[in-house]
Amino acid sequence: MNAPRLAERSLTGPTSPGPVLTVTGLVKSFDGPPILNGVAFALAPGQSTALIGANGSGKSTLLKCLIRLIEPTEGRIEMLGRDVQALGPRDLRSFRAQVGIVWQRHNLVPRLCALSNVVHGVQARLSGPRVWFQALAPAEVRAEAMACLDRVGLADRALTRVDSLSGGQQQRVAIARMLMQRPAFILADEPDASLDPQTGEEVMALLLGLVREKGISLLMISHRMEHTLEFSDRILGLARGRIALDMATFAADAASLRRFFDHQDAP
Amino acid sequence: MTDFPAPPRFRHRSLPEYAALLLVLALIISSLVATAPALDKLGRGIARLFSPSGMLVQMFPPDFSRVVPISWKLLETLQMAVAGCFLGLLLAVPFAILATDRLSPSPIIRHAARGVIALFRTVPDLVWAIIFIIIVGLGPAAGVMAIMVDKIGFAGRFFAEAMEETDPGPQDALRAIGASRLGLIVSSVFPACLPSFTATSLFALEKSVRGSAALGLVGAGGIGVDLKVAFDLFNYDEALAIILMMLALVIAVEQGSGWIRRKLI
Repeated sequence: MNAPRLAERSLTGPTSPGPVLTVTGLVKSFDGPPILNGVAFALAPGQSTALIGANGSGKSTLLKCLIRLIEPTEGRIEMLGRDVQALGPRDLRSFRAQVGIVWQRHNLVPRLCALSNVVHGVQARLSGPRVWFQALAPAEVRAEAMACLDRVGLADRALTRVDSLSGGQQQRVAIARMLMQRPAFILADEPDASLDPQTGEEVMALLLGLVREKGISLLMISHRMEHTLEFSDRILGLARGRIALDMATFAADAASLRRFFDHQDAP
Repeated sequence: MTDFPAPPRFRHRSLPEYAALLLVLALIISSLVATAPALDKLGRGIARLFSPSGMLVQMFPPDFSRVVPISWKLLETLQMAVAGCFLGLLLAVPFAILATDRLSPSPIIRHAARGVIALFRTVPDLVWAIIFIIIVGLGPAAGVMAIMVDKIGFAGRFFAEAMEETDPGPQDALRAIGASRLGLIVSSVFPACLPSFTATSLFALEKSVRGSAALGLVGAGGIGVDLKVAFDLFNYDEALAIILMMLALVIAVEQGSGWIRRKLI
């Protein structure tokens, strides 16, 4: 079987004027061989990029390293014009506020209503009791949170406890919370993983809509090949701790992605 | 039938294991011999209890002639319990946060907070009452302080355990958003711990009401003082009335807290 024919590697991506994220020589090791071993790529602003790779290839670790939820061992990350490793605790907080994350699990506070969970997103910009719960929030924050809920189609469930919502609705509340951050960059770690096919597609379409309408950059992990091909502009493949595939999505098809998965363990 | 023989009924134990077992048995037997009451002495004591001049006979019928002053003292006991418990639970929260692995700002502070909680929990409330009588004098204030310290120890431990057991996902999500430590605790940890905090607080209140009745025995206010005086003056019928009224109060508080627990959790 032939190895996939990769598009020419370009650090700034196919169509970018200036990168919004540049990763150089990123290494992360826990106890043992490095899980990331010299990762390097750059992303253009306003694009949707899919990160693919086998289980355990380090995709989630890479995403967490980008905002230092996991500290990288070596390398350099420049994101939204900031040297991420050089940020002190206060600057790191303000940097993270600009990066919205959609997790595989929604990670909402289960006993609170959808509106309170969405209001939490404003903790990126404001602090104090007024942003702890929707009942204490200022009118303009509540109005913005309602607009975010409306954007994901859940304005009518604002006061419903999130643990009584369906999995898809919970993921949409998590996206509304992320929108409340007014992010400049979105990281999505398998946002479609625990959802049924239709709901998963709706969530992915919602994320791509944000890229197209607001010009937000998106880096997402998805194990669903059809979502990778439908909702991204560029595909990065991670194998053996490095970027082993970098191609524009229009040049990719299911067969080429399958060949990448088939060959990534080859020496 | 199988060709395999049945395994031995008991696992073979090593010599140190037998030695440890013997040591535990020796400890139990020596403790019983040194402290357990002699059977004949116990028998004579019980017989004396039921004799015509014995305490049990003299207790009946209970004397409710002082029901009004006893009721006021009982109210004071309840107020001591509520005030001490409220202050203790309030102060237990920051101690518990500082003692929690994930939320404490540093390992030194975490160990210090755990040490304080352990100290407050280990020293009995009667000892705290004696200490606070020396500080603030005889009366209910000493009782309130003793209950407060005891509750910091009791609730601090359970609050910390509840916070340790919460799902870290929502906390990680808020940390990633850039939320402050306080924002993260109040908007993510507290809502998740609410059922556990409520249950612990209600148990603490029940424990406080039971404990506050005893604090009067050392002069820290409440109904205990009257109970001690009744026993000292051999007014066993009045002592029984006080005990019955205390029992009614404790049952009422337990029933009330049980009802609240069922409603809230």
